[in-house]
Amino acid sequence: MAPDHIFEKIKSGGRLSKDEALKLFNDDDLFGLGRLAASVCDKKNGGNAYFIVNRHINPTNICVNRCKFCAFSRSKGEAGAYELTIKEIIKKLKDCQSAVGSRQPAVKISEVHIVGGLHPDWPFSHYLDMLAAIKEKFPAISIKAFTAVEIDYMSKIGGMSVEETLKALKASGLDLMPGGGAEIFVEGVRNKLCPEKISGKRWLEIMETAHSVGIKTNATMLYGHIETFEDRVDHLMRLRALQDRTGGFQAFIPLAYHPKNTEIGGFYSSGIDDLKTIAISRLVLDNFDHIKAYWIMLGEKVSQIALLFGADDLDGTIIEEKITHSAGAMSGEAMTRDDMAHLIRRAGKTPIERDAFYNPVN
Amino acid sequence: MRRIEKTKALELYNSANLLDLGEDADDMRKELHPKGVVTFIVDRNINYTNVCVNRCTFCAFYRDEDSADAYLLGNDEIFKKIDETLDLGGTQILMQGGIHPKLDIVYYTNLLREIKKRYDINVHGFSPPEITYLSEKHHLTVRETLMVLKKAGLDSIPGGGAEILSDRVREILSPKKIKSSQWLRVMEEAHNIGMRTTATMMFGSVETPEDIIEHLDAIRSLQDRTGGFTAFIPWSFQPGNTEISEKWEVRSGKLKGNSKLKTATAADYLRVLALSRLYLDNIENIQASWVTQGLKMAQVALRFGANDFGSTMIEENVVKAAGISYCVTKDDIIDAVKSAGFKAAQRDTYYKIIKKF
Repeated sequence: MAPDHIFEKIKSGGRLSKDEALKLFNDDDLFGLGRLAASVCDKKNGGNAYFIVNRHINPTNICVNRCKFCAFSRSKGEAGAYELTIKEIIKKLKDCQSAVGSRQPAVKISEVHIVGGLHPDWPFSHYLDMLAAIKEKFPAISIKAFTAVEIDYMSKIGGMSVEETLKALKASGLDLMPGGGAEIFVEGVRNKLCPEKISGKRWLEIMETAHSVGIKTNATMLYGHIETFEDRVDHLMRLRALQDRTGGFQAFIPLAYHPKNTEIGGFYSSGIDDLKTIAISRLVLDNFDHIKAYWIMLGEKVSQIALLFGADDLDGTIIEEKITHSAGAMSGEAMTRDDMAHLIRRAGKTPIERDAFYNPVN
Repeated sequence: MRRIEKTKALELYNSANLLDLGEDADDMRKELHPKGVVTFIVDRNINYTNVCVNRCTFCAFYRDEDSADAYLLGNDEIFKKIDETLDLGGTQILMQGGIHPKLDIVYYTNLLREIKKRYDINVHGFSPPEITYLSEKHHLTVRETLMVLKKAGLDSIPGGGAEILSDRVREILSPKKIKSSQWLRVMEEAHNIGMRTTATMMFGSVETPEDIIEHLDAIRSLQDRTGGFTAFIPWSFQPGNTEISEKWEVRSGKLKGNSKLKTATAADYLRVLALSRLYLDNIENIQASWVTQGLKMAQVALRFGANDFGSTMIEENVVKAAGISYCVTKDDIIDAVKSAGFKAAQRDTYYKIIKKF
């Protein structure tokens, strides 16, 4: 049976409690849930769905943390370990914007997304140089870079506070931060998944600091591994509470776990679970403007249907994706602007190409 | 439940909210299959030849007879594939090939007899284009052709080659392939001599919504007369490596206003699937197509009207030739069905449950 009082509460603008959110996860009314989340999404976004022309760059896969759900990271000297020079990063950004030597048509990207491993030898100044070099060559491209995990690491290797670290990065060109590294906040599960990674509390502190120095960020949740529905709800509640204080989160992105080549193994989440998680996120996170169906992790097909279950953003053209593809992603690595607009239109929404801050482009 | 008429179906296709349509289909699936069991079959596609005189523009699999990678499997190769299928717990082989100009009914009946002599396995084989080809080649009626094949060991017939049962669309997609009425004729004759068959629909190419409804209606009308269809399988056109997508700009001369051909999206697929469930009130089973949609969308399909996961596809060649390939095992299918909230069961050709998981 559909939990009617929950539906009534949402419709009258009320806030879901932990118990109510949990009830939605345990309930089977997929269609009622979807329609409700879609109506909340429509109120916020008016039938628009967003995408961005962007590129991902992972400067290195060498990482001192070896999280058990990760198939991307390598230790230094291990087969397959790599590190890009700043010159190589600049070249990648240049190449993707020219048709020469590329399978993709030339595109003007509005955002570069940079996340990587915690490199044991790079000094903090290397990251500042990386940002400054990109800004100098491509002033029009917004730089969305470094998860809270990387920021924590930089503050240690640079010997500065998180606030000073973030200010220094911002001064060198950092525009906003992605939401990675959140995984699942609850301690027991987190210790099993990624014992070396910063705690959930620390992740939230760093995001709060970023918001306080004027850096907008995203937030994520990695689900579908060993966590319970309670753990998911706890995660969402903690994000909602922080957003109440700062308003600094732009989008929430539930990330479906991929089991291939990881230490914990297991299964892919079901497409139905993916859609429900999107919908419940939309309902719980009433203070977030955007719920993103990240197509790299959900696949193009589930992401499109997620637009009918409360999501309003498909992320971007990506061009090159390494992290999820190391763990058995079944999506492609790149989509064109046309592909994205087509998916959105066929879901009955109006495609809006956006910049890094959700301003329409063109 | 009241039968949906064509005009209503068209209205639903064009303007129903996808979630509302899905919910109706889900309710109907629950009525027809109240135990929450999702079935699948362990079988193998054996594409005995890729030589085909039909040269359909949507197909990436066919080759001309003199092509370097044209092939015709020898009987020993076929037997080896059957051995492997039985080892994996398989109960059926799906024999389907191109229309090879050198093969005659003697080839087919010998092959069937040799298979049946050696194996206790259901032969689900030879779609209507192959049957029609044989009947024309040997000046037999369709019924006679079917009788001969049945006697040699053919058990049931797959629903391939239906594509879209609209001759206007077939003229573009597959001008040399049998017409709609011939496809329906083969199925009706097969049902009349006691053979069960499936029915398919390939959508997402150049058809209109009206064509889709006409297709569903033709299947439903035939099923009213014979009751011989076990299942309906809608799947979406895969444009990779096909003439129709490569030459679309050229061909679109006679179909102005169409831009480059794109794959049907997941939303299109779920809409057609849900509508199929609702319209085909006399067909018990609707298959989800994980081969064209991937496992995650096939799971979602189980809530949009589908109750069957199709085949484990120990081997699949035709869709793979169009650039789509998902690596899936029987265990993956069982896990996928269970994590979607259903009980998983292996079935035979006739949807009888063999083993529960």
